[in-house]
Amino acid sequence: MRAPSAHEAGLGAALLAVEDVSLSFGGVRALTNVSVNIHKGEILAIIGPNGAGKTSMLNVINGFYQPQSGRITFKGEERRMMRPYEAAQGGIARTFQNLALFRGMTTLDNIMAGRTLKMRRGFFWQLLRHGPALAEEVEHRRVVEEIIDFLEIAAIRKVQVGRLPYGLQKRVELGRALAMEPDLLLLDEPMAGMNLEEKEDMSRFIIDVNQHYGTTIALIEHDMGVVMDLSDRVVVLDYGQKIADATPDEVKRDKNVIRAYLGEPHGTST
Amino acid sequence: MLYREVGQYKTNYAADMALFPILQDRIGIAVILAIAFVLIPLSGNDFLLNAVMIPFLIFALAAIGLNLLTGYCGQLSLGTGAFMGVGAYACLKLTTFFPNVNIIVWIIASGFFSAAVGALFGLPSLRIKGFYLLVATLAAQFFLEWCFIRIPWLYNNVYSGNIVVPSRTLAGVPVTGPTATSLTRYLVVLSIVVIMTWVASNLVRGRIGRMWMAVRDMDLAAELIGIRLLRTKLLAFAVSSFYCGVAGAMLVFLWYGGAEPDVFNVDQSFISLFMVIIGGLGTMIGSFFGAALIYILPIALREVPAALGLPLYPATVEQLQFVIVGVLIIVFLVLEPNGLARLWQIGKQKLRVWPFPY
Repeated sequence: MRAPSAHEAGLGAALLAVEDVSLSFGGVRALTNVSVNIHKGEILAIIGPNGAGKTSMLNVINGFYQPQSGRITFKGEERRMMRPYEAAQGGIARTFQNLALFRGMTTLDNIMAGRTLKMRRGFFWQLLRHGPALAEEVEHRRVVEEIIDFLEIAAIRKVQVGRLPYGLQKRVELGRALAMEPDLLLLDEPMAGMNLEEKEDMSRFIIDVNQHYGTTIALIEHDMGVVMDLSDRVVVLDYGQKIADATPDEVKRDKNVIRAYLGEPHGTST
Repeated sequence: MLYREVGQYKTNYAADMALFPILQDRIGIAVILAIAFVLIPLSGNDFLLNAVMIPFLIFALAAIGLNLLTGYCGQLSLGTGAFMGVGAYACLKLTTFFPNVNIIVWIIASGFFSAAVGALFGLPSLRIKGFYLLVATLAAQFFLEWCFIRIPWLYNNVYSGNIVVPSRTLAGVPVTGPTATSLTRYLVVLSIVVIMTWVASNLVRGRIGRMWMAVRDMDLAAELIGIRLLRTKLLAFAVSSFYCGVAGAMLVFLWYGGAEPDVFNVDQSFISLFMVIIGGLGTMIGSFFGAALIYILPIALREVPAALGLPLYPATVEQLQFVIVGVLIIVFLVLEPNGLARLWQIGKQKLRVWPFPY
């Protein structure tokens, strides 16, 4: 049984509010007047058929795409034009659908790289790698080792990630995002291509992250079983428009959602 | 059997993150340093010092410079020769204006000039990548080469248009110029290269090295964890050019003793790039391997027929040398596309588990 989340408890502090956002590439409309609130402490699932604009949604949130219209408010501040590194500074971390790890680096270095923004020692200390620079390195190593323990990847600490199996790579990528100690974690299909056991592990990690660290999570996922079990709230997109925004149980019964996924029943007029 | 880390437990993270975490490696590096600092100078072999070791170390340093940029940060460059030239000309101007300041200070300081020039020519790297960046840096190469030839002020208006290295002493001992002994110059070069290699390895193992490698492996994800691409790339260009600049200054002041602008042409850039690729991208030791293979191997080959007593004309030997080095480069690249450093790593791994296969 899960503890009641922010949403269920009726606390509605929006950590991030997307209002009336539209995004198009040339003539293709990826998002049309979409508004979504992500509340502090919840796990929000974004689902929808292929090409519905789910990934575009995440890309807008962390600054890869600039929407043509609409507003995004994060931690009470409205943002115009934001670069991805500014999103990172603000506390938004992200994983990708098809892995964006630093393949030539070890697991340890990948996760340490996630600490980049937290490290302060300047260039000249880096040259010496003694005193404060080494102390800082050790201090962050300690945090990273905690994440490594948490994700149970201690054995592959010094393996180049390019050589790891897919499931472990996904875990390392989650580790790198966690190393940023984000307020908002965006996961783009964290369980794509995984077998049942790996999915169970990943689900457990996601719930643990949400409960132990209190991280707000927005995830895209196609496995409906996972979505319904994990999330506090589900947003459904179809053809770039939001067609539902409710608890998992309500979404399951929603006519529009059923129509989007299964198509029109025969013999009914529109 | 001897090369095993079994039983060497680390009790803190600092020990685990040390440059040479394994005892045998520490012994190995101590032996190498002892040979370099004591045994080679004691041998007193002028040919070994002047024709082999000094240029080898200098080219290795230039290769480290390029490796920081290409191997660690993933930015291709064909401007190495020109950046080395900037160091050499900066050093000449500095020691002309301030002849009383220690020449070693100026050799290091000239690196800052090439760092600035390198960062300037690194600006296009924000927009262009890969081979296109290579072509952009080629523009730097040609432009700077033109400057070296056409701006007489750079070479102190000497009629020949060459750099003429003045004599400079350090505590009464001549370091540069015709009176400096190879031993002095060797020890100065060796000290600078050892210290700068240590500094470079510090840099690449820490935050900045991880930022560079992140940009190299996936710039999109790098930006996502808060790395600012332009700054990171420009820093790589600056540090890389700094190393190349110091190598260039040493090349002229501590080896040639005078140089034509031709020394810094595009051939030098290519040779450095070959050293880095053959030695191993993204490894410190690879830069030394690459420099050894490209620079020392031909010299060694030239000595082989004489040592064996084969009656070959010097011209034939030279032709053969090109053929053999060319073939070896191809063989090494086919055997191990990741460079000699990777072969070294595999060798160490084999040694670690010997006599078992794994």
